[in-house]
Amino acid sequence: MDFLNPVINGFVVVLEPSNLLYCLIGVVIGMLIGVLPGLGPAATIAILLPLTYNVEPVTAIIMLAGIFYGAQYGGTITSVLLRLPGEASSVVTVFDGYQMAKQGKAGTALGLASIGSFIGGTASIIGLTFLAPVVASFALDFGPAEYSALALLGILLVATISNGAKTKALIAAAVGLLLATVGRDIFTGESRFTFGNLELADGIDFVPIAMGVFGLGEILYNLEERHRAAKAPSKVTNVWPSRTDLKQASGAIARGSVLGFFLGILPGGGATIASMASYAMEKKRAKQPERFGKGAPEGVAGPETANNAAATSSFIPLLTLGIPANATMALMFGALLIQGVTPGPQLVEQDPGLFWGVVNSMYIGNILLLIMSLPLVGIFVKILRVRAAILAPVTALITLLGAYTINNSMFDVTLVVVFGIVGYLMKKFGFEPGPLVLAFVLGSLLESSLRRSLLVFGGDPTGFFTRPISATLLTVFVLVAVLPGIRTLLAKRTTAQSEQPITTKIKEKV
Amino acid sequence: MIPVSSSPAVPAGGGSRPAALSGVDAAETPADDLLEDLTPEQLAAQWEDEKPPAAGALANAASSLVVLGVGAGAMVLSVAMGLGTPAAPEPGLWPFMISCVMVVLGLFQLILGRHNRDAEKFTRMSAAPLTGLVTLAAMVALMPAIGFELPALVLCVIWMRFLGGETWRSTLLVSAIVVAAFYGIFVLALNTSIPHLF
Repeated sequence: MDFLNPVINGFVVVLEPSNLLYCLIGVVIGMLIGVLPGLGPAATIAILLPLTYNVEPVTAIIMLAGIFYGAQYGGTITSVLLRLPGEASSVVTVFDGYQMAKQGKAGTALGLASIGSFIGGTASIIGLTFLAPVVASFALDFGPAEYSALALLGILLVATISNGAKTKALIAAAVGLLLATVGRDIFTGESRFTFGNLELADGIDFVPIAMGVFGLGEILYNLEERHRAAKAPSKVTNVWPSRTDLKQASGAIARGSVLGFFLGILPGGGATIASMASYAMEKKRAKQPERFGKGAPEGVAGPETANNAAATSSFIPLLTLGIPANATMALMFGALLIQGVTPGPQLVEQDPGLFWGVVNSMYIGNILLLIMSLPLVGIFVKILRVRAAILAPVTALITLLGAYTINNSMFDVTLVVVFGIVGYLMKKFGFEPGPLVLAFVLGSLLESSLRRSLLVFGGDPTGFFTRPISATLLTVFVLVAVLPGIRTLLAKRTTAQSEQPITTKIKEKV
Repeated sequence: MIPVSSSPAVPAGGGSRPAALSGVDAAETPADDLLEDLTPEQLAAQWEDEKPPAAGALANAASSLVVLGVGAGAMVLSVAMGLGTPAAPEPGLWPFMISCVMVVLGLFQLILGRHNRDAEKFTRMSAAPLTGLVTLAAMVALMPAIGFELPALVLCVIWMRFLGGETWRSTLLVSAIVVAAFYGIFVLALNTSIPHLF
């Protein structure tokens, strides 16, 4: 079993006490911030990025994985207790989760969610362990042409599958690409868009953009919405689900794991689609579908399992191709780049310790999450009762001071505030911030591989279609770009027969 | 900046809870079915009610014009940097390509996206983020001069008392504790070089 050797070595890395400690800190802080209403995993990770500076790459990433899981679960807590989904992928959890909470079974709902998340996440990591090296070895032959096509497709998919209007998402992506060009041109060394500002000469850092657009923008936006803050229940008891609950939910958890794993690999909002698909599937399979929406345990367990499985498997495109599949993964990508690690097909071969360290840290993150979440639910409920009015300035200050500590520069703090304004206005005007950050992260990769491949092709853009993989990817790109238009045209013609079963449509969408 | 429009108050998409909802919308009909079939329909209705009113055509036009402006500006600047040819590109070529895409998308949005309902109107509630922003900007401006403690304290007080409606007592108490805690973490424990007064 030569294949398993690096995997086991990865465990050795992860089980170092300091790494375990950082993973634990990550999970706890991720949960603490993620539990704040309105702050989803992307915002949480963005705000906490400075924490991962000044530590070793492996440790930093282990900590990030912890933050990621913690934040994800934090969103579940607010869904169940406050009826406020932290992010799109836990929206469906609200339906049955909040009903369960109303019936006094909040503990059971949270317990099921964390057990489901644990099983879904773990199943997904096992899948990742076997699939990732295969994908990576396939991608080893990728040249600049393939990378340009892949990056273009990744940006387009994330933009078109994102929430709001597609054109606006694409505009956000274009802005992200443009921001990435600020600073020195990698080929000629000439300054671009710096307006004579020395601070901009090296380009804009990823962290201030992420912290501003996701973090501060979100905090400012929430200031406007304070009035709808809900009341958290004072006590949550019985976190351990009963045997019957578990039995009832076990099928949902198993199906959710598989569904989530496969939907998560696909670029663009995997976790969201996975949770909705799982909910639809459970409801369709149920003997009494009318129980759904009235506190059915499967309605919590299935989607929560699926979204965690999907969130985990969306690491596959990131770690093997170097293409983040969604906004949260874009943050991970940025964090890895800061650590001097470029995710891509070479990573498994060149730095197996790091690669498997990252993968295995997910097991640990998951286990810690399970251990932490069940007994500590009570504490998180207490945090929820701290008024948003107090938490808002605290998170804002964490963001500002955190931004300063990255480079000890006030310029970064200014950038965070500027991008906070941008993020707030984008939300107000219906532009998704996700595509901006993703495109920014991929911007320099896209430009350099585009220019390199054009050099290879002697300036002939049709050269992209002479290589099979880049040709396929670009064809898919064109299809994805053109199809929605055609579809709306078709839909206008056949509005009469628009009613179709839920699941098929969701599958189509994917 | 604040679009005044006479359009009826229609809930807008986008936003954290709204984003979550529009996340459901993203799947179009299935989500609608989901919502309709379920008791959570009241919940959905409630979310709709709570959403800020949608901005009118003017706001959409304004945002498209900003996009157009940025795109056109970037285009001019990239031409000035020199385009070169695809085989021998100069620094301006790639930004030029992006800004072209931006201009096209901006025009598209300006014409076809006029009646989108996904922008939110600025309401009286929008004064809160604006105030918040002013305090943040003031903090950034003052930090290098007088350290972070006093601006942070003022920021906490304004956010808690005036934006959050806390009582004076808890505002002052909590603000002091928060600033002290940050001092403890960033200055004493982590020993960072954050400008501080004390």
